[in-house]
Amino acid sequence: MCGIAGIIHKNAGKDVNIGEQMTAMLQALKHRGPDSTGYAMYGEDNGNHVVRFKVAEAADLEGSFDIHAAIEDRIATVNSRMEDLGAKIVKKESPTEYSHRYEIQFSGDMKKLADFVEDIEGVEILSIGNSLELIKDLGDAAVVSEQYGLNDFNGTHGIGHTRMATESDVDIRSAHPYWAYPFSDVAVVHNGQLTNYWTNRRALELKGHRFSSNCDSELIAVYIADRMNQGQDLETAMKDSVEYLDGVFTYLVATKDQLGMAKDVMAAKPMVVYEGDDMIALASEEVAIRKLFDHHIDTFDPYHGEVKVWQN
Amino acid sequence: MAKLKQDKSHEMGLHQEQLKGKTQQRFFSIDESENLTYFQSNEVDTSKTATIDALDMTPREINREIRALMEKGVGDITVDNPMSRHGVGVGILNRLNLTFSDSLGYFGCGLIDGPNVHIKGRVGWSCAENMMAGTVVIDGNAGSTFGAAIRGGDLVCRGSVGARTGIDQKGGTIIVGGKTGAFSGFMMQRGRMIICGDAGMNLGDSMYDGTIYVGGEVEELGVDCVPGEMSELDVRYLSSKLDMYGIKTPNGVEKMNKYVSGKQLWNYDNLEPSEKKLVL
Repeated sequence: MCGIAGIIHKNAGKDVNIGEQMTAMLQALKHRGPDSTGYAMYGEDNGNHVVRFKVAEAADLEGSFDIHAAIEDRIATVNSRMEDLGAKIVKKESPTEYSHRYEIQFSGDMKKLADFVEDIEGVEILSIGNSLELIKDLGDAAVVSEQYGLNDFNGTHGIGHTRMATESDVDIRSAHPYWAYPFSDVAVVHNGQLTNYWTNRRALELKGHRFSSNCDSELIAVYIADRMNQGQDLETAMKDSVEYLDGVFTYLVATKDQLGMAKDVMAAKPMVVYEGDDMIALASEEVAIRKLFDHHIDTFDPYHGEVKVWQN
Repeated sequence: MAKLKQDKSHEMGLHQEQLKGKTQQRFFSIDESENLTYFQSNEVDTSKTATIDALDMTPREINREIRALMEKGVGDITVDNPMSRHGVGVGILNRLNLTFSDSLGYFGCGLIDGPNVHIKGRVGWSCAENMMAGTVVIDGNAGSTFGAAIRGGDLVCRGSVGARTGIDQKGGTIIVGGKTGAFSGFMMQRGRMIICGDAGMNLGDSMYDGTIYVGGEVEELGVDCVPGEMSELDVRYLSSKLDMYGIKTPNGVEKMNKYVSGKQLWNYDNLEPSEKKLVL
């Protein structure tokens, strides 16, 4: 089933606690998917690139005596490979043993850097961006938020996902959001099933795109990345995606300064939108949006094939 | 062998009378009053009022509280702070004036038979699904599958509704003050749907019967849905029905368009006389 949610503040600067707001919305959607929770939130750009990556799955820690040594080796290799390509690591954080956040200064080819790092066994880059923080892990929003200290995250906008695994495993690799590799600051969350996943995946792989999971939702992120690589703007890429993707879906995309939603031509997956003067909030169910308001609000359901993009 | 079967069934108490006509006519005899009331329906007095503050209640607690009040004979209940919760106000099988002061989530007021419900907000997906009788009036917008499979009563949304409105509708009336999404009236079988604004693609797809009125533009008619001819009776009916709920159409009811099923299913219309459809 899965639940998705998004929020964008238009005039509030970057000091809104969207971490707390997103957690409240995602926790209200827990019944739609308790397997994993993910956030893509956009905060202050301090000029550095933020790289979120994992060096193992959470489950790996329980299954092997050698994993701790392997993790240390992998982190050391990540550090050396980044430095080999000219990236300067200016800040390191490790919310968990397997999940890491680096701030780097780098002016080279980001795709090359991502490919070089991901070539290390067990290492996957979750996101790269200037203002994007992409966090995903197993458990509900309260657990993930506590684990990664998200409840005091200030920013302008964000999207999130609560996952009920149907197409692929319960692991971080298959959790949403998906980063639109190799584009900085572009992330996608999706609720639905895509029925032309494998056909389109093969075509995109032949064009040089990489897929890190077997989750059909990743196709949307890769497709958007492909279109933006061809010079399309977000809204055009999303409109084209409604024809390109087969199946039932509602998805959200966030970039550095935009938030977009798209719905399939059957309007088969839910989405409720609140559009205020200063804030737009979207969720699979209104019960999530109501966590942000203690009074009545006007909301609506977008129609079939509808694409909307908001700017902050 | 046939003789043996007949004897056996008679020993079991079966075949005591010749079956003929509709079995419902036998079971719902006016002399058997227990057949005319529902299990867990209540005699209520609409002059008795009560208010529930649902702010910290689960959907199950809200429904139990409504039921407990009805068992005490309360016939006018207001629920404050429903906070868009799902599955609230369901399974009410008696008269009741029920008001929600704010929005409901999914499956609100489903499986009801008799209450008059007023929702001073919006509703999520599948509002009033399988409704049998009564009225449900929503001041705001509604989600998809609005009034799916309703069999009777009036279901009114003053705003716009999502996709698949009134799919499998088997009776009753659905009124939408604004727009409706794709596949509205899909496999509709009886009843009427009045859409004052625009309708999305595949309107009335695979409908067997029933009537759809649209005041705005229709993006595309579905398979088997064809334009019908508006009569003076239609105009009078629409005027009367919309006046009941204070809903206006952009161009007046005379300019509304009527859509019906373009096919006649084998033996379908022979099951019940067409006059009976007017009652449903």
